[in-house]
Amino acid sequence: MKTETAEAAAHDEKRWRLVEVVMRRYGHSGDALIETLHAVQETYGFIDEHSMRRVAAALNLPLSKVYGVATFYHFFHLKPKGRHTCVVCLGTACYIKGADAILQKLDEQFGVKAGETTPDDRLSVMTARCVGSCGLAPAVVLDQQVLGHVKPDELVAQIKELPS
Amino acid sequence: MTPEALQQVAKAEQDTLAKQPQRIGVCTAAGCLSCKSGDVLKTLQTALDRRADVPYKAVGVGCMGLCARGPLVSVEPNGVLYQDVKTDDIPALVDSLATTPMKQKQCDLQAPFFKRQTKVVLDQFDKIMPERLESYLAHGGYQALMSCVSGRSPAEILDEVKRSGLRGRGGGGYPTGLKWETVAKAHGARKFVICNADEGDPGAFMDRSVLECAPHRILEGMAIAGYAIGATAGYLYVRAEYPLAVQRLKLAIRQAEKFGLLGDHICGSGFTFKVEIRLGAGAFVCGEETALIASIEGRRGQPRPRPPYPAEKGLWNFPTLINNVETFANVPAIIVRGADWYASMGTAQSKGTKVFALAGKIQNTGLIEVPMGISLREIVEDMGGGAPDGHTIKAVQTGGPSGGCIPARHFDIPVDYESLKKMGSIMGSGGMIVMDETSSMVDVARFFMEFCKSESCGKCVPCRVGTTQLYDMLGRVIAGKASHRDLARIESLCEMVRSTSLCGLGQTAPNPLLSTLKYFRHEYEELLVGEHEEVAS
Repeated sequence: MKTETAEAAAHDEKRWRLVEVVMRRYGHSGDALIETLHAVQETYGFIDEHSMRRVAAALNLPLSKVYGVATFYHFFHLKPKGRHTCVVCLGTACYIKGADAILQKLDEQFGVKAGETTPDDRLSVMTARCVGSCGLAPAVVLDQQVLGHVKPDELVAQIKELPS
Repeated sequence: MTPEALQQVAKAEQDTLAKQPQRIGVCTAAGCLSCKSGDVLKTLQTALDRRADVPYKAVGVGCMGLCARGPLVSVEPNGVLYQDVKTDDIPALVDSLATTPMKQKQCDLQAPFFKRQTKVVLDQFDKIMPERLESYLAHGGYQALMSCVSGRSPAEILDEVKRSGLRGRGGGGYPTGLKWETVAKAHGARKFVICNADEGDPGAFMDRSVLECAPHRILEGMAIAGYAIGATAGYLYVRAEYPLAVQRLKLAIRQAEKFGLLGDHICGSGFTFKVEIRLGAGAFVCGEETALIASIEGRRGQPRPRPPYPAEKGLWNFPTLINNVETFANVPAIIVRGADWYASMGTAQSKGTKVFALAGKIQNTGLIEVPMGISLREIVEDMGGGAPDGHTIKAVQTGGPSGGCIPARHFDIPVDYESLKKMGSIMGSGGMIVMDETSSMVDVARFFMEFCKSESCGKCVPCRVGTTQLYDMLGRVIAGKASHRDLARIESLCEMVRSTSLCGLGQTAPNPLLSTLKYFRHEYEELLVGEHEEVAS
């Protein structure tokens, strides 16, 4: 058990180096806080308290500022996401074309509302302001892939087919 | 590289093109890519490799506009455009190259959607390969920057931009030349150029397309601005939600540095200009210039009172020029073809062209670029093809959460900054959302209020509290729990939020509500209840 924890810690240290590279590129300047948080999220998938503390120490910023910035911007997540993510676009074009019905269907089928993750960590449902694919409205981004002209039933079927 | 060496690179690329004019261009912008145009391109390339008898080459090019019918594929030199091309269509398409075009998939290029366009910003998107600097060079790219650094004075450039009549394309419509001149005259040890590529309007995807399809055009525009105002560094503030744009911009910056078009001693001259990318993190308010600056400085994107304007005290308190993507993309053409040419397009007050993103309940969803002053009717009904499935268009929403809805009976107004403002809307960055008779305008107003409520940065009270109150009151209207008195209260609160908020977000947040009230008041009134009923509930 002990070796496993040590291994995990070593692995964590290795990943942290990716964040370190970004901070070094900007000379550990506090101005690079947002770039650094992007790096943290890219590396770990989300930004936890431990990471925020490390960033605050490394950039010589108060933790309150790091927390303030991390929570101000919608793009940053403070909780881990599920194994699959379904981002429903709520841009105007998608809204006019029935993005609401998609969210409703996902809630009905999987019991998750926007911003939530299923208890088994399989699926996170999120919303986006506009993914810029208005020509394909309504659009969702399922595991990084943009799907256009989405029909709620087809989307549910597609999610069910994903590997668990 | 010296201008001569760069001309040689351009010449070599043009020669290759001339030697092999038979090309198939597949759109590789985000819209078509999500309809699997990447697979179409790969399948085409493999198919063509196997067919020695067909002398065509398949390449990835930029957006061709008609996003609703993607993936789009163009065949040169015949100028045939195919729509909705699937990988299964490839064998037939390849066979047809030697004979006649496949009729069933062909796009009618004589249709108003294509015919009525005038392309400056989107010029040659169907030919330029977004990921190759050489391709941009071969199509006349970087000529403007080269002419600037090898002889034209900054004052000349300022004058050219001023005379062109170009106005800010981000929505405000402030004269670009005047802005440049103010920054040029400001005193500061350093100066900065910022490109606002944080396209946050829901329903707008013009900037995304330009960033993805012609990243070099934006870099060139920024470098020219830097030359004109005396800046040596630029920042491109781009949405993290546009990963393809970010990737192509990074690549374009590396290429431009390699070719000596960015960095120290551009084209062997004394001019130095470097561009760095900064990622936005999903805050609509960062479209406001002081909030954007705060975000680049690594802080929360909260605006501050102006003056001092960024032109005097901007990034790290140095004089800073901030323009939108489309504004910068217009600059190279103005420098090469002259202010008079640019000013000959458009209306007296609004010169040039404007890119619009058509979306919502409309046949031809996509990107168009039209001369200013064209009527809304021409855009929506002729070019856009009207509403699908026999529906009728009821209104068009322009300007996103800061704009308003224009009803169908006013579609004959010309599209320019002043006319749209008079109608209670704004030009905005160029999103046009079409609504048909099934859309409830009260619901649309609430949609935008929800947007403003959650995007409010929270710094000033009128915006933070006012938008929340308005959202709740609209909810009561929709639930059938509001009276005429409530409606009057909504109207007076709108006025208060509009006149007392700190920045543009709050000042314009009531616009969608007010414009729908102005033109579709009956839809609100139908939902109201009498005073006594209100008391009873």
